[in-house]
Amino acid sequence: MASAQTQGTGEAPLSGLRVVELCEEKGAFAGKLLADAGADVVKVEPPTGDATRDYEPFLEDRAGKERSLWWWLYNTSKRGVTLDLEQLAGREVFRRLVARADVVVESQPPGRLAGWGIDYADLRGSNPALIWASITPFGRAGPGSQEAATDLTLLAGGGIAWMNGYDDHALPPVRGGGNQGYHTGCHYAVMAVLVALVHRDAGGPGQFIDVNMHAAVNVTTEAGSYDWLVKRREVQRQTGRHAAYRPTMSTQVRCADGVWVNTGIAPRRPQEFQVMYDWIAELGKLEEFPEAAILEVAGQGGEVMLGRLEEDEEMQAKFAAAREAVVFIAGQLPAETFFHEGQRRGFQMGIIYAPEEVLEDGHFQARGFPVEVEHAELGRRFRYPGAPWRFGRSPWRIRHRAPLLGEHNAEVLKELELSGEEASEAHGSREESRR
Amino acid sequence: MHALARPDAVKRRAAGQSGEGKREHAAAAGAFGDEQEVANGQSSRDTMSAALSHLRICDFTGQLAGAGATKFLAAFGAQVIRIEDPVLEGRWDVLRGAPPFKDERRGINLGGAFNNHNVEKLGITLNLRTERGRDLLRRLVAVSDVVTENFSAGVLERLGFGYAQLRTIRPDVIYVSNCGFGHSGPYRDYKTWGPIVQAVSGLTFSSGLPEEPPAGWGYSYMDHTAAYYMAMAVLLALHHRARTGEGQHVDMAATEAAASLNGPALLDYTVNGRPLRRSGRPHSNRSQFPRMAPHGIYPARGEDNWLALSCRDDGQWAALGRVVGKPWATAERFATLEGRLKAEDALDALLGAWSEECDMFESARALRAAGVPASAVQRPQQRIDEDANTAAWGLWPSVRHVEMGEVRVDGLPVHLSETDWSIRRGAPCLGQDNAFVFGEILGVGDSELAQLRADGVI
Repeated sequence: MASAQTQGTGEAPLSGLRVVELCEEKGAFAGKLLADAGADVVKVEPPTGDATRDYEPFLEDRAGKERSLWWWLYNTSKRGVTLDLEQLAGREVFRRLVARADVVVESQPPGRLAGWGIDYADLRGSNPALIWASITPFGRAGPGSQEAATDLTLLAGGGIAWMNGYDDHALPPVRGGGNQGYHTGCHYAVMAVLVALVHRDAGGPGQFIDVNMHAAVNVTTEAGSYDWLVKRREVQRQTGRHAAYRPTMSTQVRCADGVWVNTGIAPRRPQEFQVMYDWIAELGKLEEFPEAAILEVAGQGGEVMLGRLEEDEEMQAKFAAAREAVVFIAGQLPAETFFHEGQRRGFQMGIIYAPEEVLEDGHFQARGFPVEVEHAELGRRFRYPGAPWRFGRSPWRIRHRAPLLGEHNAEVLKELELSGEEASEAHGSREESRR
Repeated sequence: MHALARPDAVKRRAAGQSGEGKREHAAAAGAFGDEQEVANGQSSRDTMSAALSHLRICDFTGQLAGAGATKFLAAFGAQVIRIEDPVLEGRWDVLRGAPPFKDERRGINLGGAFNNHNVEKLGITLNLRTERGRDLLRRLVAVSDVVTENFSAGVLERLGFGYAQLRTIRPDVIYVSNCGFGHSGPYRDYKTWGPIVQAVSGLTFSSGLPEEPPAGWGYSYMDHTAAYYMAMAVLLALHHRARTGEGQHVDMAATEAAASLNGPALLDYTVNGRPLRRSGRPHSNRSQFPRMAPHGIYPARGEDNWLALSCRDDGQWAALGRVVGKPWATAERFATLEGRLKAEDALDALLGAWSEECDMFESARALRAAGVPASAVQRPQQRIDEDANTAAWGLWPSVRHVEMGEVRVDGLPVHLSETDWSIRRGAPCLGQDNAFVFGEILGVGDSELAQLRADGVI
């Protein structure tokens, strides 16, 4: 027993924590991580809505402020208010929101909030316990801090693109999908906010956190960084595997059904050669595999030592035969079978799923990873990617879908005890015209 | 402010901002004498972060997926006690004693990656095959806030230290496990490392060019990132404990953390039924969400030099046109996003022909000055030794390692105004802190310590 196989039924870990989020595309994921962990995240948008409401993909491919799946994904469990921060009235409401908040997360360009008189330095006086995280491409004040960036240019400048791509260097380096540059900056923002929170729990003060996305990408590069720091040598990109300072054996094979599998670390122990041989025998294909004899001998011999591979021809032959065996077996089987049969035999293998295939996989389903989120206004429920962790007591969960534009204006302003007149001024013209 | 529930935690808090852990570090340095203090690279107490100095972590993690989590916590002052097996000389962590080696000096304490991922931690050896070893572990768990590990599922439980047992030692213990597929489900016993996690979670597939095999990630992105999620789990559970007094087990599966990072493409499938496995996809140098054109990585002058650029809107495209200064760059057919998307291949070819003639840093500078997001595809040397931003940030601190001497390592991309991180001490050599941890923290006497050593318990 004792495994947290299901989420606990207690209060969420950040239950009761008040967060104000003022983020566009770069920082919204940080707010989502806090919100799904139980924090009451109030997302502040301009009266016309956050720009990402106009990002593809759209529900049924039709544009609309409430139809962006980008918006849906990155804003679960948050409440939403519209505030016109160009106007004094909007800034006043923002000040009141921040005065009662535990945490502010914002990804505004450096200087913008100071210009409006609502930066950390302006607001900390009214709330000394406040934790404020600023997420920017290059940090608040360093070289380049005023320059624009996208996920692509962050991954290029920070060293990840250099490592992703193909053996053939005539092909360009590859960015990698899914917005990982933004995700990485947001991971560090949340980690730092939680450090400040745990420090505050132990009696410490609030504080300001400067998150530099370029720096975050730079220290998320494994050997790309430490091979240079320790040895002053640069890794070179290779197809579907670790970039390395000298070429290594390929690790991807295409199975009989055309789906690719990552075959992990190449077999080099006698028992692994034997398992390969037995696997081919089980398939009844020994006659068709030319290197079968080498494998059989290798099964009785010693381990292949990578350090001695260059000077030892016998080791080279065994190592190559094992690799040929992997390719050969993959060519006989569909990828799912190859993956499970390989793992069952002790090989670290992984099928290369497209993102959607993960949600249909039995393991992810058995652990309850895909979750359904209700969109009551559409009368429908949709599947979302679920919990990155299973907390035995304090459950992670998506409490509700992303907020509609201005959905919680009245509710939040009531909590701030604003008069109706103050409220309508604060929300800006769009809200006015609705009334 | 939430009241801390446990009396001993309150006592720790009462010890003030300096924190108990920090005082112990200082005491340890004193016990070893000044010479040892310098050798440990453990300079004065003021250089340690106070953020988490009230916390002690009993740490079984290794590689990067686990060790990266406790590195982050240690940099903020948590007292991380890394436990290694004396019989195997800690080789469960394949990075211990593995390349890269500084100055080509090899040895169990000289692994460059190991040093990078284990700075600011204490290191002890403990043989858990022995009853006395297990007894010492029970005593250590009893005074630890958190137990962390990234073994395969079930390993710690078989050693007799699963969550059920840990709880009997310390009822409010926080136990965070981190493995590829988690502690439950059909693939519980499958083996993984970074590239396998990335493959099975969708991240490898979505990195690539059309008609080519998956390019994937040229490193273990998910070892770094699993470590980030593990650090978050520890901190979330600590906050929960501060509020409620409750500990818990957090079961983290790296594949689930990874699968949650696929971005809007996943909802395009669940909502619109459009899979990413389709003709012409993935094409991850282009931007589907939001649509941008141009958006890509283009050749630049010189060997394997590349320029990344993207235009968010028609205004940035017009700005790019002024930098490029060619007739096609101001042509009517490219003036709108729809026009540029319709002729994206032609646009990319024209841009590539232009960028190929230019120095990647000069063109990136010119584009950024015009307000267009652009960057050279930086190589390690360029972003580590020649990048003004990472230098000014202090992103590559030097640590003192007992055997390796001064080595630069990855720093952290956040700065906290009151309790910033500090990375000065190199990774521990095997058993480096045995005397301090067993002697000072657990109160084992000198003669007993010598006996434990002689009997192979530590």
